[in-house]
Amino acid sequence: MIYEYFSNLTGSEVLASIISAFLPLFLFILPFALIAVLLERKVSAHMQDRLGPMRVGYHGILQTIADILKLIQKEDIIADQNDKPLFNIAPVLVFAGSYAVFAAIPFSSSYLGSNIDLGLFFIVGISGLVVAGILMAGWASNNKYTLLGAMRSAAQLISYEIPTIMIVVTVLMVTGTLNLKEITELQSGYFWNWLIFGGNIAGIAKYLLIPFMFVGFVIIYISTLAEVNRTPFDIPEAESELVSGYHTEYSGMKFAMFFLAEYANMFAVSAIVVLLFFGGYHSPFGYLGNTLGLSWLVPIEQLFWFTFKGIGFVLVQMWLRWTLPRLRVDQLMAVCWKYLIPIAFVNLLIVGLITLL
Amino acid sequence: MALKTEEMTLNMGPQHPSTHGVLRLELQLDGEFIIDVTPHIGYLHRCFEKHAEFMTYPQVVPYTDRMDYLASMYNEFGYALAVEKLLGIEVPDRVEYIRVIMGELQRIASHLVALGTYGADIGAVTPFLFCFRDREKILSLFEMASGARLLYNYIWVGGVSRDLPPEFLRLTKEFVDYFRPKIKELNDLLTFNKIFIERTANVGILPLDVAVNYGITGPMLRASGLKWDLRKNDPYSVYDKLEFEIPVGNGRMGTVGDSWDRYYVRILEMEESLKIVEQALKQIPEGDVLSAIPKRIKPPVGQVYGRVENPRGELGYFIVSDGSVNPKRIKVRGPSFVNLAVIGELCKGHMIADVISILGSIDIVLGEVDR
Repeated sequence: MIYEYFSNLTGSEVLASIISAFLPLFLFILPFALIAVLLERKVSAHMQDRLGPMRVGYHGILQTIADILKLIQKEDIIADQNDKPLFNIAPVLVFAGSYAVFAAIPFSSSYLGSNIDLGLFFIVGISGLVVAGILMAGWASNNKYTLLGAMRSAAQLISYEIPTIMIVVTVLMVTGTLNLKEITELQSGYFWNWLIFGGNIAGIAKYLLIPFMFVGFVIIYISTLAEVNRTPFDIPEAESELVSGYHTEYSGMKFAMFFLAEYANMFAVSAIVVLLFFGGYHSPFGYLGNTLGLSWLVPIEQLFWFTFKGIGFVLVQMWLRWTLPRLRVDQLMAVCWKYLIPIAFVNLLIVGLITLL
Repeated sequence: MALKTEEMTLNMGPQHPSTHGVLRLELQLDGEFIIDVTPHIGYLHRCFEKHAEFMTYPQVVPYTDRMDYLASMYNEFGYALAVEKLLGIEVPDRVEYIRVIMGELQRIASHLVALGTYGADIGAVTPFLFCFRDREKILSLFEMASGARLLYNYIWVGGVSRDLPPEFLRLTKEFVDYFRPKIKELNDLLTFNKIFIERTANVGILPLDVAVNYGITGPMLRASGLKWDLRKNDPYSVYDKLEFEIPVGNGRMGTVGDSWDRYYVRILEMEESLKIVEQALKQIPEGDVLSAIPKRIKPPVGQVYGRVENPRGELGYFIVSDGSVNPKRIKVRGPSFVNLAVIGELCKGHMIADVISILGSIDIVLGEVDR
């Protein structure tokens, strides 16, 4: 564990928790957001018969870094009519809300910011902070487009949290713990122990669970897509209607914070799906490190598998974004309230019955 | 206690990503719902009609290009036909066929922009780029023939500016063969997408009587169910020698005259245009294209109204001549301008997102609305 390692090293608990909370951020998530932006541009370009960025570095690999450097240099425009304190806090809140999620996500068995027992609960709760940030941004910009974007966004995020939480509860009934590391450990071994394949449960219950777990996975994936404002649910920032929604008025580094938060969020929700249904950091076929007797290799392999699965889901998000049109705001609500929530609820009941067996 | 609510006025444009140019829409909103839409136009007004009074007849041709800049060939085509009618000259057969080929390729190119941007308005960006990729091939053909990619100055009064390059017919045939499967690709990707249908079917329904009252023409009128196409109803050039169908909207996904119908009529029209181009390529005769171009255009005193079926509807030129080398008056009946007028009727009771999708389905070009 990273926290124990640092508390032994420094002898101070405070220092250790600060380091272990920030380490994933700087080692993984910030670089990931940079890579994801580039990846998105490249993926979309190749889907559309284009080349994408090609000028900065080999095949444009340094493009995002150039973009960030440009954004840092840009003037930070605050209009006279803006509500300045809220306007300044909003991007920080959104950024913090998105990045705080990573503090509780176990990237591998020994690389975990904070091994709290309420990990899953913490993630669901802290990502609610984003809604406040978005509402603030929309309101403080003093612009009708941003206000509409923020209203849509708040309605959407809050609505779609309900099916997400229902599926989380479904998983909770099977695993019996909210600790993300324990949830992951329950899925150790080979891929048939993953929760989407019924988890590591003896007897017939495992096989009965499979269809309902699959339904749960589909629902949580759809609702997390909505939570990160990706197409077909990118209504809050619907470019063709609301220019760019709640962050229309932002420029420079504040815009970059929204932007990076969005990409960090993409990985965060993929990570949650991976943790809950796809075995977390566990390899689908056992570890090379165990076979070779090199125990230090195992965590590295786990980090690889976690990133691999997470980026896999991020790629699916990109694929959907560049394929599908966007729903209208009332249709979006209809999808949530008429289909996802009732199905999630029935799913919850049935999984409850099965686990009682 | 009932909460007091107020209507919100939202100004959309002239700088907005999806008003297709510098159109300003003033929306009266009740929450997300539209109470009223008022279009404000004129941001791109360039006094085309007044300018034309100080030009000689051939000098007007490049100005017509700049009206509907997505269908420049067809603007020249209409102008040339009107002036020829005034002069009473016949043009060689080869010229007629070249004009028809150019016109129909232009129709495909224009519809590709319309369909692609429509997809982008709804949130699907990839079809937009696919459409532009295919449009690029047509632009290359035009560039080959005329030397320009957007504003061609190719179709002149009495002929065309130069004969087709030797490779042109073969490359056009290649394009026709290349493009057929691409329509199917677009259908798979966008037309029959469930979300796309949800967004467009039963949205912005234009009943036939309203359409006729507003003087709507082109794909919009046909989507409302009337088989009216000047290429068939008032044939000009060699369209009477070519076989093609006129697609009409039939309410396949919702109601007749909804946005999806308007979109789908354009898809079907592209297929018909391909058919026309194919036939024209087979029938095109050899000959001189410059022989009928008059050295000096000085039409007799009189007036004429010439009209063609532009990709967006009826494009009419009303030209008054006082017997001098300059036209006394040119009035353009632009389809985008007339079609745009109906937007208030279409949007009532819909949501903000639908305004964008309805505006996209009208397919306006602001260059021609404002002229």
